[in-house]
Amino acid sequence: MDLKEKLISSFLAFENSTATDTNIHQIRTESFKLFEQNGFPSKKEEDWKYTSLRDVLKPDYRIFSSVESDVNLNDVKKYFIHEIDTYKLIFVNGVYNSLLSTTTHEGVDICVMSSALVKPKYKMIVDYYFNKIINKNQHFANLNTSFATEGAFINIPKNVVVSKPIEIIYFNTGTDVELMLQPRNLVVVGENSHVQIMERHQSLKENTVLTNAVTEIFAHKRAIVDFYKIQNDLETASLIDNTFVSQQKESIVSVNTFSFGGKFIRNNLEFYQEDERITSNLNGFSIIGKEQVVANYTLVHHKQPNCESHELYKGIYDEQSTGVFNGKIIVDRDAQKTNAFQQNNSMLIDDNASINSKPQLEIFADDVKCSHGCTIGQLDHKAIFYLRSRGIPEKEAKALMLYAFGNDVLEKIKIPELKKRITKIIAMKLKVDLSMEL
Amino acid sequence: MLSIKNLHAGLENKEILRGIDLEIKAGEIHAIMGPNGSGKSTLSAVIAGNETYEVTQGDILFENESIMEFSPEERAHKGVFLSFQYPVEIPGVTVTNFIKTAINETRKSKGLDDMPAKDLLKLIREKAALLEIDRNFLSRSLNEGFSGGEKKRNEIFQMAMLEPKLAILDETDSGLDIDALKIVANGVNKLKNENNAVLVITHYQRLLDYIVPDFVHVLHNGKIVKSGGKELAFELEEKGYDWLK
Repeated sequence: MDLKEKLISSFLAFENSTATDTNIHQIRTESFKLFEQNGFPSKKEEDWKYTSLRDVLKPDYRIFSSVESDVNLNDVKKYFIHEIDTYKLIFVNGVYNSLLSTTTHEGVDICVMSSALVKPKYKMIVDYYFNKIINKNQHFANLNTSFATEGAFINIPKNVVVSKPIEIIYFNTGTDVELMLQPRNLVVVGENSHVQIMERHQSLKENTVLTNAVTEIFAHKRAIVDFYKIQNDLETASLIDNTFVSQQKESIVSVNTFSFGGKFIRNNLEFYQEDERITSNLNGFSIIGKEQVVANYTLVHHKQPNCESHELYKGIYDEQSTGVFNGKIIVDRDAQKTNAFQQNNSMLIDDNASINSKPQLEIFADDVKCSHGCTIGQLDHKAIFYLRSRGIPEKEAKALMLYAFGNDVLEKIKIPELKKRITKIIAMKLKVDLSMEL
Repeated sequence: MLSIKNLHAGLENKEILRGIDLEIKAGEIHAIMGPNGSGKSTLSAVIAGNETYEVTQGDILFENESIMEFSPEERAHKGVFLSFQYPVEIPGVTVTNFIKTAINETRKSKGLDDMPAKDLLKLIREKAALLEIDRNFLSRSLNEGFSGGEKKRNEIFQMAMLEPKLAILDETDSGLDIDALKIVANGVNKLKNENNAVLVITHYQRLLDYIVPDFVHVLHNGKIVKSGGKELAFELEEKGYDWLK
């Protein structure tokens, strides 16, 4: 039985086990119909041309975890940004772990999707927001919706600056062989409110896992949302991450994606600007090697006048790794005075590594500033010699150059402890023992 | 301190240095002058260990030890310093952190711990003052957007921080106005003592008014064609290089 067939039979069983008289049931059924019709994307589709799913879809995934989650705090603490106080939403093999989590309902709701989907007091919010900005052409998002039960539910009313960052971590213990996880996050940020969120998917043991995640973010008038994705999983883990952002007037939403570890990572990130004077920031930094694949597909849809988008993606590709950057920007006819900037810089440090970079601009307004730039380079040998002539060994000199290359993306991180953590991951990735804080 | 013996080197199949012999003792200042294309920069790069150039014959001894097989960083650790004619811009690495890394890597090679931050900052302040370098300059990205003069001053600042035994100044005067030239020369003179040596590589005599050499060598077509005292520099300034060919 291939994965699609397996999902079909699993869906029937799954639906029989849940209440069928709800809106959610309706949404799941419709989404599944779409998935059933379209199936998994093939390389024939333009948007999947550079990312073959053949190996990712091959394993005989378990659709629901069979294992009761039990992890020890000491084993997973290193994945937390433990230097600072944070709210925590921790899931183990797809199941919420209350012992490791720190939630709240005081003034804000930082809790879990499974309860939000069934509790009457959240019905209005769920009905209003859930699955409302999903791009129905995203096969994996439809699939996620079909099985959506668990994930982070974050609801910030207006005029609240959330006092501490939120960490969302999905652990996979690796005790289940070939597991498929489909977490679902909903983030609603009210007028004038501000929140910082960090999300991570982490395997604890080497066992094949496929995570198909969806996050919906709604930013109301003048809301500020900083979202960080830390992708540093084991080599047995694949991730398809779908993020949809809807922005209201004068809101500022930044999504920063750091990809270092994992076998296959595909990020679909879509921004929809629904009103005027909105700012959208999309930043990404990848360092990969071996046969890793990291693909960033982004969309910014400018619908209204006087908005901005700033996009900066950088990548370092070693060995046989493959990078993909596809940046689509749509400027509607009404979206005059749009400022849209896009940049993609790559470094290939091995002859066998490759990057496919594709800007895609569709501009229907005539009074706009849109720019895009793309560079692909290699390590500058003159610069390496310069550093070495000052006593810095070759390996460290190269690492320093690579770190410096990505530095402007790291500068976007507004949580200092997170920046330190990512710097440390980079030092490990580059196999140097350098204090890289430059 | 430095002893170069019958050095032949070049790029691919093109021989640039055709048998250089040079002896530099501690406490001395040597100048190498020569027209464009005579091999001046190649010589400095080969001494510093630039692997772009292939050495086909000869030897370079530093403190009685052949350094031919040493990497650029090992040569730096032993006390060889090259001030670049065209310092490389490295965005994202600040001057301070670059120098910190260089100093600590050099210490590591000698089995020493990192220099305590307090001592390092004190040293930076002291040397920055010597070269009249503004504090803001130190937190800028290395050489990025620096003027020609700032780049050269930054090179000498690094030299002051690293305190090499042998400093090679490759065309340090190019791109400098007279005030910057005086500051740079003054810095070099203050760092000079009986235990270290300086090799000045220059096209013009101008810099030698401020960094006065003990010996002047004329490089032409990959060979040292004439050596003499500092008066040789004046002679070259007056007559040009043609009479030596």
